[in-house]
Amino acid sequence: MSPSGTPISAVDVAKVARLARLDIDEAEVVHFTEQLAKVMGHFSDIDALDLSGVGPMTQPFPLVNVLREDVEQPCLDTDEVLAAAPSSDQSRFRVPPIIGLDD
Amino acid sequence: MATIPKTASGIAAAITSKQITAREVIDSYLAQISARETDIHAFNLVTADAARAHADAIDADIAAGRPIGPLAGVPIAIKDNLCTHGIETTCSSKILEGWKPPYDATVVSRLRDAGAIMVGKTNLDEFAMGSSTENSAFGPTRNPLDTSRVPGGSSGGSAAAVAAGFAPVSLGSDTGGSIRQPAALCGVVGVKPTYGLVSRYGLCAYASSLDQIGPFATTVADAALITEVIAGHDAMDSTSIPQPAPALVASVSQGVVGMRIGRVTDLPAGAEPEVIARLNEAFAALEAAGATIVDVTLPSLSYALTAYYLIAPAEASSNLARYDGVRYGLRVNAVDTNSMYGATRAAGFGDEVKRRIMLGTYALSAGYYDAYYGKALKVRRLIAEDFERAYAQVDVILTPTSPVVAFPFGDKVDDPMAMYLCDIYTIPTNLAGHPAMSVPFGTGAHGMPVGIQVLAPALGEAPMFRVGGALENAAGGVK
Repeated sequence: MSPSGTPISAVDVAKVARLARLDIDEAEVVHFTEQLAKVMGHFSDIDALDLSGVGPMTQPFPLVNVLREDVEQPCLDTDEVLAAAPSSDQSRFRVPPIIGLDD
Repeated sequence: MATIPKTASGIAAAITSKQITAREVIDSYLAQISARETDIHAFNLVTADAARAHADAIDADIAAGRPIGPLAGVPIAIKDNLCTHGIETTCSSKILEGWKPPYDATVVSRLRDAGAIMVGKTNLDEFAMGSSTENSAFGPTRNPLDTSRVPGGSSGGSAAAVAAGFAPVSLGSDTGGSIRQPAALCGVVGVKPTYGLVSRYGLCAYASSLDQIGPFATTVADAALITEVIAGHDAMDSTSIPQPAPALVASVSQGVVGMRIGRVTDLPAGAEPEVIARLNEAFAALEAAGATIVDVTLPSLSYALTAYYLIAPAEASSNLARYDGVRYGLRVNAVDTNSMYGATRAAGFGDEVKRRIMLGTYALSAGYYDAYYGKALKVRRLIAEDFERAYAQVDVILTPTSPVVAFPFGDKVDDPMAMYLCDIYTIPTNLAGHPAMSVPFGTGAHGMPVGIQVLAPALGEAPMFRVGGALENAAGGVK
């Protein structure tokens, strides 16, 4: 059981994979559901803790804004960066259509 | 030809005083790599030609009387999740295979400025997710002390490289124990510095509030030396502590007279009996060396594993969103961008990375955020407060590094929870942002090495290295 009261289901795993942009097939859904349910089962140990009045800790030390003078500085070489891209076109990254052709 | 010293400090001294050349040193280490690398697989890439050229340049500098750095001619292996300009950096993932970064990580440029020579990029669990190096897309690294066993992980290649004599020192990264646990399993020294002491610029991010870069070495003094070189403020990392690097090498030989060493009376169970025996011997040795042992409690420590395995995957699910087939690495072509993302990530990531991305996405998703991620952040606070109370009474705390010695291949790889339990003693440090180190201290089951972990409060590297040095001195006398 998880803190939310119900173990992770195959439907949850399929939805989460979609949100995370990971194509997984039916067999993988079954496999990952089993493994994630076991891992998340362990997480119910924190249900016993009284966390009222405890503030969340997102970082080891408080974050502060770090700003520098707004002046030009050397930056990465455009050609070198684009050379590492799977596809580029006229100093830009080239991607497939954003809106599906079959929609 | 003079004998090549075994330590980084010895090598730098011998080269600087012209007893040996940097080229002789690098040839000797490259010969050792040629002899055993096929069996060990510590490296994703050995940069032999560049290393020889770099060594020749250092020898030329010395001959011409030009200034050289404190690590002049010291070979070093670099974990393959640290960016090296123009040199393939893969994170042991198919999604980054072939990628040549357009810049160097800050630690890489600082080491080069100090005269260190990179010998290669070391293998890791894919994106530093794992405790055995079995999750590498390019095959596991083997433990040099027993090649049927894992070297630990995720920085298993860096630990194995030092243990096999492929380099006197190496760099790893530690998000939940990824330097200390493989150091323990391979019988070498490993250090995770205070969060923010070492710049993370150029480290491929796994969990940004936990990640920290640190060294492996055969001696505590060498680990302190490398920490000194890579530490200190860097404007390229907004979490970098705005202070210069501390002096640490001198601490190693200062002894522990008058120091207060914490013994955790409610340490989470699960350690092998031989590991607990070595821990007790470590306490006895420090007491004999003049320290006082003080009992402390860390009641929230047993919840650290849950907090970590919610927080780290949550951060990873966000950090790894950048691997989408657009700007670098693998792309699997499809009719539209969404299909391209899904197909690329499915083909490029291994199972453990997929598990953690899904776990993190779930923990952050609407309806579950408060129950999982939000709760984990509160548990993180409890753990930090436990440490704060303990450090009011003691200077450092001693625990085992790993509950178990190096295990055989295949033992835990299909049981994620069993693998995660390997990190039970190392993850609290990352949640708190504190420094900790693993020092080899005798052997356990199957004659494999045991590591003792020294934990210290934030920026407590000096007392940590004092105790590390004392443990190293005492280790010669244990089983």
